[in-house]
Amino acid sequence: MDNLAINLQILFSGLAVGAIYSLVALGFVLIIRATNVVNFAQGDFAMLGAFAMMTMLTILKLPYWLSFLLSLAVMTVFGVIFNYGVYYPLRNRSFLPVIISTLGASIFLQNTVLAVYGPQPQPLEKVFKTSGFEIGGVFLDSQYLVILAVTVVAVAFQYFLFEHTLLGKKLQATSQDKDMARLLGIPVAWMIAITFIYSATLGGLAGILIGPVLFVSIGMGSIIALKAFSATIIGGFGDVTGAIVGGLLLGVVESFAGAYISVPYKDAFGFLLLFIFLLIRPQGIFGEKISEKA
Amino acid sequence: MSHRAAVIEPVTVRSAPRLSAGLISLLILALALPAIPFFFTINSYVLNIFMQAVTYGIAVLGMTIVLGYTGQINLAQAAFFGLGAYAVALGTVVLGLNFWVSLLLGIAVAAIAGLVLGLTTLRLGGHYLAMITISFQQIFDLVLVNWTAVTRGPDGVSGIARPSLFGFQLTDDKVYLVFCVAVLYAAILLVWYLPNTRLGRAMRAVRENELAAEVTGVQTLAVKVIAFVLCAGLAGVGGALYAAGFAYVSPDNFNFKISIEFLTMALLGGAQSPFGSAIGTVLLILLPEWLRFLKEIYMAAYGVAVILIMVFMPEGIWGIAKAGWQRIRKPATVAPAAIKPLEFDILMSDSAPILRLENLQKHFGGVKAVDGINIEVARGTVHALIGPNGSGKTTTLNVLNGIYKPTAGRILVDGQDVTQDAPNVRAAHGVGRTFQNIRLFPALSVLENVMIGGQRRNNPIAPGETALRERAMSALEFVGMQDKAQIIVRNLPYGHQRLVEIARALAGHPKLLLLDEPAAGLNMTEKHELANLLKRLRGHGITIFLIEHDMRLIVQVADKISVLNFGKKIAEGTPDEVLRHPDVIAAYLGENAHAVT
Repeated sequence: MDNLAINLQILFSGLAVGAIYSLVALGFVLIIRATNVVNFAQGDFAMLGAFAMMTMLTILKLPYWLSFLLSLAVMTVFGVIFNYGVYYPLRNRSFLPVIISTLGASIFLQNTVLAVYGPQPQPLEKVFKTSGFEIGGVFLDSQYLVILAVTVVAVAFQYFLFEHTLLGKKLQATSQDKDMARLLGIPVAWMIAITFIYSATLGGLAGILIGPVLFVSIGMGSIIALKAFSATIIGGFGDVTGAIVGGLLLGVVESFAGAYISVPYKDAFGFLLLFIFLLIRPQGIFGEKISEKA
Repeated sequence: MSHRAAVIEPVTVRSAPRLSAGLISLLILALALPAIPFFFTINSYVLNIFMQAVTYGIAVLGMTIVLGYTGQINLAQAAFFGLGAYAVALGTVVLGLNFWVSLLLGIAVAAIAGLVLGLTTLRLGGHYLAMITISFQQIFDLVLVNWTAVTRGPDGVSGIARPSLFGFQLTDDKVYLVFCVAVLYAAILLVWYLPNTRLGRAMRAVRENELAAEVTGVQTLAVKVIAFVLCAGLAGVGGALYAAGFAYVSPDNFNFKISIEFLTMALLGGAQSPFGSAIGTVLLILLPEWLRFLKEIYMAAYGVAVILIMVFMPEGIWGIAKAGWQRIRKPATVAPAAIKPLEFDILMSDSAPILRLENLQKHFGGVKAVDGINIEVARGTVHALIGPNGSGKTTTLNVLNGIYKPTAGRILVDGQDVTQDAPNVRAAHGVGRTFQNIRLFPALSVLENVMIGGQRRNNPIAPGETALRERAMSALEFVGMQDKAQIIVRNLPYGHQRLVEIARALAGHPKLLLLDEPAAGLNMTEKHELANLLKRLRGHGITIFLIEHDMRLIVQVADKISVLNFGKKIAEGTPDEVLRHPDVIAAYLGENAHAVT
């Protein structure tokens, strides 16, 4: 294997992991835009999705696609519960109580899953049976390809939803000015609930896809969520394109740093990248500097 | 300032709590607690729980400062705690340093880490701070586990010796515990004293309304960084004592979960009070002991508890206790005779304009909100800025006191170019401001709000709390609010809040007062009183530059009017001249309006 092939290989896996960050980051961004609050349980949405899938597929032995759909359905229901249990009671307070409430939810979810499934990481089946194929010395893992494809589809879907449907316009109106949206007759509480539902489903999807790669474990979500959140800052806080570009960039940087510099500190490079951005360009790649209005 | 001696000592308007029965019993309880192990036989397990509570308690007090007082989030307190602990562990065991040297090293390292984190991220605030502190926490964890050559990795460091103090050996568990309790009490006293100092008030102002704090003259970034350094430093102290207390440290003791625990302790007890933090710490350390029967789901129950605390007890246990206490307590009043009349200290001799705007521009993307205006405000006058909605008035004011940086142009206050200065620096030059949508510090008392206005740098008052409080009372009396000094601002009616906002600006000896629609939302009587207040201020030599829509008020008080439309000045002159100006009539009533009149 020549140098180029090695680098392409590293790039490919970086992009695939980055795509997962992007998927979770998308969920983050939607909630930030709808509620101005960072959901610290976003990663646990992915963890829950993966455990739901593992339960259906491995324990209940249901067919793959049925398990897949049922898991997404579970996440949809969970999104409703999360909205009304964690966000809704605090909707009129500042961001700090809400952040802390989502942290509490994260502790609750991880430990409930721990109590039910135990601490052992579990394997999860891939979407396709073939492990992948090779082109010019670069091995393309089938699961990574699926992840990249699904990310493209999810981004396209989201673009269509927000730019070309009435529901999307209402969601955008809600995120930009809740009071005005309310005056125009948009059911704001319901729009936010939809945001949480969509975001939970998206997170669950990310978990189902990354499960076969990372193994299904209690902590899988937290680390993904941290990276995804870094991605949103690197890309531009609350910016959809930024979340995707930031996620991919982060995945690639980590992948190369892990290959060339140090494996144990692989996770630290992501944070380092975040620090650098916060110092040099805190508004992120696509963000605009906004100052508070008096 | 000359007739100071003639003043009667003011009746105490203490914001600091007085020595009361409650406080004395608290004191007795506090002294009795560390004596317990000496009078009752207590096994080492329980003693360890004590030790944990006390050392954690010191770290949680740091959260009181950052979260409770300053309103900033910190999700890396366990890392700062760990820095203190590892400094003592590695300092004494590996480097063979003296305990006290290692302790100082630990505090220094934690405080410096806090300083660096704070300086880089506190100007961003909010979510960024949450994220950056988590990142720091994670990197710290990774380094502890992986940098085995220095940290000894997951195995941790054991055999940490306890110190001696002035020849006293602190090796014994009980004696060492008493020592830790003493440090905890010192920290509680410090944190308890803080809110009623200038720094503490500035912190609370930042928490309540950061923008207003900055415009009032608080160096918000510096205050936040100091809060963060104090917080990290306290964590360092707690961690250092923890290391020697347990004689062993490992990465598990300082991970993200512990950071969340510190946060929850502060919130549960009540982040705004050191006593709340202490209560929260003890409760959360005992809780696992009581909830042992829940086994695996204990942590899950803990997560739910966090949500429930946020929903039902936003100010924690101490907040609930305090609310009950305040219901039965009568607010203190002030004897009006003790209040000095407000001094203005304004030099009237200078004839140069006090404020000059030269070709001022502010563009937002393609929108030219302010498009090259030139205005001169003469000293000692009331100068009104009017114009239809969206003509750029508030933007002008925001550029003027530094909330926005202008796209081009210069701002000169008293001949000094302040264009590049931060809002708090402009306040230090004697520029006061009120806001269209009142921006006070809602959870603070009227007096405290006004005192913060008097805290600006270069304010010509005597140093010390007494002079500051007197100044604030004088300002309150000037606007007729002296009876309301002890009331929490959020409980005041709207009209009174406007007056408090003006008093807050007055406490800082402004030579130039910027008022953004001071009459908005006031009824006829209140408007009349406002007009009188403005005339009185003018009589004392204060220059007022105001935005207002109420023409009747403007005609009553203004010496000069500048009219803006679409970001440009279209007319200027005395009220009579301006209100007859055809362009002004056209701007307000439409192009053909002059044909009608």
